Parts: sequence; structure tokens; C-alpha cells
Amino acid sequence: MPDASTAPNVASETTARYNAPDDTGHFGPYGGAFVPEILVPVLEELREAYAEAQADPAFDAEYRTLLREYVGRPTPLSFCDRLTDYYGGAKIYAKREDLCHTGAHKINNTIGQILLARRMGKTRIIAETGAGQHGVATATVCAKFGMDCIVFMGEEDMERQRLNVERMELMGAEVRPALSGSRTLKDATNEAIRDWVSNPDDTFYIIGSVVGPHPYPMMVRNFHRVIGDETRAQLREHEGRETPDAVVACVGGGSNAMGIFYPYIEDEAVRLIGVEAAGEGLNGRHAATLSKGTPGVLHGAMSYLLQDTGGQVEIAHSISAGLDYPGIGPEHSHLKDTGRVEYVSATDTEAMDGVRVLSEQEGIIPALETAHAMAPMQRLAREIGPDGIIVFNCSGRGDKDMQTIAKHR
Amino acid sequence: MSRLSDTLAACRAQGTPAMGLFTTNGFPHPDATVPVLHAIDDGGADFIELGMPFSDPLAEGLPIQRSSARALSHGVKMDDAFDTAASFRKGSDTPVLLMGYINPVLQYGIERFCTKAANAGVDGLILPDVPPEEATLLTEHAQAAGLDLVFLIAPNSSDARIQRVDELATGFVYAVSVTGLTGSRLDGRGAVQSYLKRARGLVTQNPLLVGFGIATHEDAQELSQHTDGFIVGSALIKEIEACWDDDTLSDADRYARIRQFAHALKHGDAVAAGSNPAE
Repeated sequence: MPDASTAPNVASETTARYNAPDDTGHFGPYGGAFVPEILVPVLEELREAYAEAQADPAFDAEYRTLLREYVGRPTPLSFCDRLTDYYGGAKIYAKREDLCHTGAHKINNTIGQILLARRMGKTRIIAETGAGQHGVATATVCAKFGMDCIVFMGEEDMERQRLNVERMELMGAEVRPALSGSRTLKDATNEAIRDWVSNPDDTFYIIGSVVGPHPYPMMVRNFHRVIGDETRAQLREHEGRETPDAVVACVGGGSNAMGIFYPYIEDEAVRLIGVEAAGEGLNGRHAATLSKGTPGVLHGAMSYLLQDTGGQVEIAHSISAGLDYPGIGPEHSHLKDTGRVEYVSATDTEAMDGVRVLSEQEGIIPALETAHAMAPMQRLAREIGPDGIIVFNCSGRGDKDMQTIAKHR
Repeated sequence: MSRLSDTLAACRAQGTPAMGLFTTNGFPHPDATVPVLHAIDDGGADFIELGMPFSDPLAEGLPIQRSSARALSHGVKMDDAFDTAASFRKGSDTPVLLMGYINPVLQYGIERFCTKAANAGVDGLILPDVPPEEATLLTEHAQAAGLDLVFLIAPNSSDARIQRVDELATGFVYAVSVTGLTGSRLDGRGAVQSYLKRARGLVTQNPLLVGFGIATHEDAQELSQHTDGFIVGSALIKEIEACWDDDTLSDADRYARIRQFAHALKHGDAVAAGSNPAE
């Protein structure tokens, strides 16, 4: 089969006309680099190093090799026959990022960033984590590359996700509790940035989503576009066409969604649908940044943000710790405003239903984050009809969530 | 010339380092902020930085984080900063700068924010998460309102960068002493001095002030060798915290101690207890 994982990690013809971000890292009015002066030269060094790496075939070759030999790519594109029958409409395919090493798509990005860190001569890696999936993916590559690893994690999340803390520590990472604010992902990110400001020379910050100051949103997207590139090639194999009628992905910070959306942005006939976490409902506690937020600046970038009228950042809520973030990647804000991507939301209850349906119909226990992408499936499958195709990004597996799932069954 | 520029020029003419003191609006309590400002003004502050609290102050060390959280717990809003500045301004000509993060300013509306600040007697702005590259959204409005816009440099800023910041800044250039957060320890003083000496040679259009980690008169004297003055924040916040957390002190005792703290920072000795220069 045509193997997209051997394609170079540069813009393909399909995305040639979509040209965001601009040179200063702005996606329309969003993005940029709102950072303390100490980080300005650090980000400049990173931009230059990343540009050089992108132009270096040896860098791409090593990245591709690791994705194949270590991560286990390409991940399958599984036809979900029983799920298709269950909804009685369009054919549904799952892009199986849950089968990546460590159990989620996150490692595509940590592999790319640690190669860059090594290239830049950095020896100390820091990261933030919410549910712990990005923390585990970072601890994993640090063990593989023999680098020091410090993962900042909200004290609340450390209790909720004890298993992932154990995994990180087993691989030699130090997990540092973030004790400030709400003691969740937002605060872990604050602590990681504070560490970075204090150690700009030897430290590389592996950001876990398409958020943060330029060049992170662009770089993390590019390290995840392999998801969409493979999907195109695999769908051609299965269906004789690269483009489905719709692509669905959950959105917290938005990395798995950008990874699968990006190679389809120029194919205007492909509906791209992002599903945010509506928590207890859009009028209660939620994490639906695009549906209910307003533009603002958090963690170095302008983007939609959950905040009060005074500009204080609000605390997000979702049953899934990985979507529990009051911000979102700036590119998603741009794609919302331009209308290229449709953003909808799914409540905690709908996510639990998604876990049940996918488990019962396909024998795939998805992560709670991933399960949000199931919420619009019935409506979409019927709207699109039996001649059409839907691909959803099965971004992670649900083992880490079994306690929460068991409690809600 | 702005009130801030005049003040800094006067300090320079006298050969004394200018002292800027930072405290957070609404800290330790909304009712205490204006009297605290008067106390540090009486203690010898040449200008004041009034912090606008933010939920996610990512360049701050623990003392200023705590002061911000404490202010927000009292429900402090942006308009309260203008009220504080206006109230202080009735009793003092000491320049006041508002310092904080861009997001609350954005939500308030940049133009409206600049106009209100100027009307409240504010002289300038310091927004540490807005480097020159992102500042285009505010320069015009700040200028129209007559507000100075201070930018920062850091030990890892290149020569060209420092010169560029000097060109864009008005009021002064703020040299962050160490690569770290506010309230960091001043480690490697030799390196700090050589960086400040380098900056001194490159900053030609503005006064150069140094801040971050300065906790004592001795720190201030040492770091002012190559600068026009210094800024103290975290150490003052810790002193205020200690005073207000001590239930045995009366409010009068507390303001007197804050005044003495400011005086000692500038002059190296405390004013005699009870001698209030305002009396």
C-alpha cells in the first residue's frame, strides 16, 4: 500500500494554498508569541532550529524511522462495520491512534520535539500534563533518548491519574506537583513556563498540544499531520478515494484534531468537525472554549478562552482530564472564525455513551477524550447517508480511564 | 517630557538611583492599597508600579502570585486600579505605572483602558507578556493617552535586541536582572553586573532601571552602579504580607513599618519609629 509515513514532513500540494500561520506565527488574528522577554530569544532559537530541521532530510528520516520502529506507525484505519450498521448511515472508519506506543497520538509530537531538543544540544526536558498522556509520552521519549525529564502536573490531576504518575516515574521522570490555582492542566502549564523562564539555556519545553507561543502550534500540528496523511493513503486503499465526506475529532487543546484535519483543509468538500467537551452542559461547568469562550491571551498565544468579563481565566470542567483546559490552539480559533471547521460539543454523559457504544459495537475501549468524537456520529451518519464515508480519529485508548468509566456505568 | 521622565531625570541629576516600588492593587486588602501607596511614597519611592492582578501570572514568583490571588479573592476589578490611582494622585505627584498581563487589558478594551488610566493620573504601562513584536495593538492608544510604555530586556537579550527595545520604549527600559521569575535569587552577581554594563552602553535614549530579586539596600546599591535606578516588588510584598498576617500590629504600626521598609531600601537605614514625614 502507499505508505504515507514515508512522505516528507513538509507541506504537500493539498495544503499549498492554506498558508497559516504567517511569518510571525499568526493565524488570522490569533496566535503570536505573548511571552516574557526572556523567552523571546529562546523562541527565536527554536524557530531557526525547527526551520533547519524541516529542511534537513536526515531529520525527517530519523523521525519517520522512529514512528515506524518505535511508535508502531502507520496505525490502521479500521472499518467499523458494526458501528456503521448501528447508526444505519455512512460508512464509519476509525483512525487507530489508540494503537500507538503509549496508547495515544501524543507520542508523534514528543518524538519530533525530542529530536529537535537533541539537535539543539538541550539536555533537560520539561513538559506539562493534564490526564498524564502527554507526560507519559514525554517521559517515554526521554527514557529512550537518555534525557532528564521533569513533568509538571496539577496536584489534583496527580491524584486522579495515579497510574500515569507511576508510569512516568517508572521511566525515570520526575513528576512535580503544580500547587497553584486550580491545580490542574492550566496551572501545570504555568509552572512549566515558569521553569522555562528560569532555565532558558539548557531546557527544552515539549508542549503537548497545538497551543503556546509561535512556533509551537505550527510545529506540533506538523508533527501530528502524519495522522491525516496516513488516513488519505489508507482510505484510497480501502475506498479508492482519499477524501471522506467528514472527519471527526475531539478537541481539547486540539492536537489530534489538527493532525487529522490539516491534510484535508484544502479539500473543501470534506466536512471537518471538532467536538469540544461540554462537561455538565453548556450552561453548567464545561470546557467548551470555542462554543462559549471569547478571544484572549493565555500561555503565550491569542485564542478563544474561557474567562470572566474582567479577563480572569475560568476553570474548565470535563469528565476527561485531557480536555479540561480553558484555552484552545489558535489555529482552531482561526478555523472556527473562517468557518472551515464545524465545532460542536459533547457532554460528559454523551462521552460515556460514546465509550459504551464503541466498546460494545467494535471492541475498542476509547479514552474519555476520544469518546467525545462519537457524540455527533449518529446525526452525521444519517445526514451523509450510506453512500458516504466518515473517518473519526480514535485518538487514544481507555485503559487509563477505567476507574472513571466503572464509576459511571 | 512625561512626569515619569522628569522624575527619573531629576534623580539622575542628583546622582541618586531612582527607586521604583511594586505592589498589587487590592493587596493585602482593597482598603489598604491606597494607604500602602502613601506609605511607600513617604518612605522615598520615586515612582510606583501598581500591579493589576491576573489569575495566571506566569512571570511571577510565589510572593507576587500570592498577592495576585489574594487581591482577586477580594473581587478586585480593573476599575478598582483606576480608583486606587486616582485616589493616590489626589495626595501625591509621584509617578504611577500600571503593571500586569495583557488579557485583562484586552477584555477591558485597550483604548478605553488607556483613556481611563490617563484620566486616573497614571503615567505609564508595563505589560511583561507583551514583547515589542506584539505591542502594535497598544502603542497607538498608549501614545494617544500620553502613557509611557516600558519594555523589558533580559540577560539573554542580544545587543541588537536591547537597542531595538530602547528605540521603542518610553519612560525607561526595564532590565530584568536574572533569567528567572520576580523574586528570584540574585545568583552570579558578576554576570549580572557585566550584563548591566553591556546594557548601559546600548540603552541611550531612555533611563535604564533594574529589577527582579532586589531585596535589600545593598542589592540596590550594587545593581545601580550601571543603571539609573532599581525596582523592588517581591521583597515589599513579603513585608506587607508579614505585617498584615501579624494580628498583634495595628494598622498604624503596619503603615509605619512599610514606610520604614521603603526608607531602608533607599537609604540603608530605617526612619525612627513614629516619625511620620507627613505629619
